[in-house]
Amino acid sequence: MAGTGKAHLRPGDDVLVTVEDLVVEFPVGRGRTVKAVSGISFDIRSGETLGLVGESGCGKSTSGRAIIQLPRPTSGSVTFRGVDLADLSDEEIRQRRTHIQMIFQDPISSLNPRRTVGDIVAEPLRVWGPSDASEQEAIVDRMLDSVGVDPDTARDKRPHEFSGGQCQRISIARSLVMLTNRGNLHRSRRRSRSSSRSRGRGRGRLLICDEPVSSLDVSVQAQILNLLEDLKAGYGLTMMFIAHDLAVVKNISDRVAVMYLGKLCEVADPDTLYAEAAHPYTDLLLGSVPEPDPTVEIDEGLIEDGELPSPSNPPSGCRFRTRCERVTDLCSSEEPQMRAVGDDHFVACHHPLAAVAG
Amino acid sequence: MPDNVANSPLLEVDDLRTTFTIPTGDVKAVRGVSFTLDRGRTLGIVGESGSGKTVLARSIMRLNLGTNVTTTGTAAFDGNDVLTRSPSEMRQLWGSEMAMVFQDPMTSLNPLVRVQRQVTEHLCRHLNLNRSEARQAAVDLLREVRIPDPDTRLRSFPHELSGGMRQRVCIAVALACEPSLLFADEPTTALDVTVQHQILNLLSREQADREMAMVLVTHDLGVVAGRTDDTMVMYAGTVAEYAPTVSLFADMRHPYSEALMRSIPLTSFPSHTRLAAITGRPPDLIDPPTGCAFSPRCPYVQDHCVNEAPPLVEIDDPAHRLACWTPVGSPEALTAFEKNLAAGLPQAVAVDVSTTWSPTGGVDG
Repeated sequence: MAGTGKAHLRPGDDVLVTVEDLVVEFPVGRGRTVKAVSGISFDIRSGETLGLVGESGCGKSTSGRAIIQLPRPTSGSVTFRGVDLADLSDEEIRQRRTHIQMIFQDPISSLNPRRTVGDIVAEPLRVWGPSDASEQEAIVDRMLDSVGVDPDTARDKRPHEFSGGQCQRISIARSLVMLTNRGNLHRSRRRSRSSSRSRGRGRGRLLICDEPVSSLDVSVQAQILNLLEDLKAGYGLTMMFIAHDLAVVKNISDRVAVMYLGKLCEVADPDTLYAEAAHPYTDLLLGSVPEPDPTVEIDEGLIEDGELPSPSNPPSGCRFRTRCERVTDLCSSEEPQMRAVGDDHFVACHHPLAAVAG
Repeated sequence: MPDNVANSPLLEVDDLRTTFTIPTGDVKAVRGVSFTLDRGRTLGIVGESGSGKTVLARSIMRLNLGTNVTTTGTAAFDGNDVLTRSPSEMRQLWGSEMAMVFQDPMTSLNPLVRVQRQVTEHLCRHLNLNRSEARQAAVDLLREVRIPDPDTRLRSFPHELSGGMRQRVCIAVALACEPSLLFADEPTTALDVTVQHQILNLLSREQADREMAMVLVTHDLGVVAGRTDDTMVMYAGTVAEYAPTVSLFADMRHPYSEALMRSIPLTSFPSHTRLAAITGRPPDLIDPPTGCAFSPRCPYVQDHCVNEAPPLVEIDDPAHRLACWTPVGSPEALTAFEKNLAAGLPQAVAVDVSTTWSPTGGVDG
């Protein structure tokens, strides 16, 4: 879209998270602000994986963090299980975070180097889990085992003794300890009436993965992607998967949202998005994926600097117009709105690529 | 010897071995690599982290500093072995004859020095240009690597540039004195896909325009496809497979090359296609396996593989060299795979598409 609109939001009880008109701005001194996210809306159904894709600096990580209110968004609403998180107090948010967990891009710096792996994974349980130490230990062992780390050898080691891929598995285990733990329900039930107990184990829990495979080798990337798919199926998780590589996002997502400079461009299921990309930016991203096939012709034309304009002073109208080949006067004067161009396929562009009625 | 210099390969590496001595033992990072590179040709070196590809490039560039490094073998550049040269002789070569672009453009540029001085340093040293000539040359270089507004950018510090811009500056620094050999060590790993595409296009164009030889080191087979003449797949410090890029992709024979290929999520796959990931991790190079280094992770492993390391030999196509006892597609490989699958070997099970998973007994991969 490089535009706004909510045509792509879906009604229904099975929507776990709805984000509407999310705006996140950061003051950078002298009265200036960086507009990291400028009014985006999206939703995630229970059990679904939403892929959020875009270049560095487009606001995709900020959007993910805004869901867990880290920091709280400038404006807009984040509705999780029917409750607007923006209305809650800090303490109430803290309790909700047991149902929303995040894993980060750099697996090594997201683990405390001075603590043992057993301590790192057990930490959430010390706050929310069963008070019995042996019970905690059993959960930690089970979690490490399910992410493919041998608990007996790993428990007393520290993060620097592991490779990047192993560290990412450990940080996934730390998130899952919270999301799959029934112990936290016992403690929070008293305070929160909307306990998810009736929803069944793990259902209605959100795992936000912020570029979890970007710093890993292709071979380890494949292991982590398979692991996330397995865990999602095994524990019935809902995921938001943030990445800049469309091939990775296509592999893991049920629905993909393409983001550019704080706005959404296109929303569709991955197979449609790849077959009939409607937004010129989606097309650019697709053309940039390196295909491991020497017979595929490479578009050698793309050499010029094509980078994001400054998010503190974005272009008027459609934000992608400065890099777009199909730009017209309309693009600078009017911001495109999200509209349907197919079955569950939405685009915010005045001149979409697909020759479909809009 | 001087007569055939023009026809001889630009770079001829023979049995190169690099070992780092650390308190727990000797890390054999490169274990006998040989290859040749002709003038104006491009070679892709592919492998996982820890396969020795970066150490190989740095050994040829003589950039492995420290007293705990031993390099043996020969690396003849233009007919002369670089491994025996003194540091001052290497300084003459660096920049003017061989240059390198590194993975992380932030740490390879000096954060306290403006772009201008970093780009002109080699120009002043090797070409004896004066200040204003060097400045003009720097402006031309930045324009060539497609940096908009080069006059202003020369006064910038590295932190004022984006990642893609910094890598363009690094490329300008490397190209400044027209080297005949460029090492690009994971030049795009730290960058976005769109910027990666631009930088690879830029490198390809400069390589072709200058008729410069280039070694492109990467972990991604997608990066070398279509951009290199030859590809060398490295594993645990040795060459697993070496072939012209087109024939390698048309006919992958080493199980490791095949496994790397299978790990890549292709855009042509439907969503949620299960990737055939490689199980386990690369071996410990302090005490590498006696047989084939890939045998603990190979779905086609047989007893022979564990006991004896396969030599790198030519197969039916003389340009295609392979170090494997059970090449992909051979009858022995098929028999071995079925046997391993029946025995429940994890690496065979992970490749088998019918794999199922349960939350209690996780499958590694």
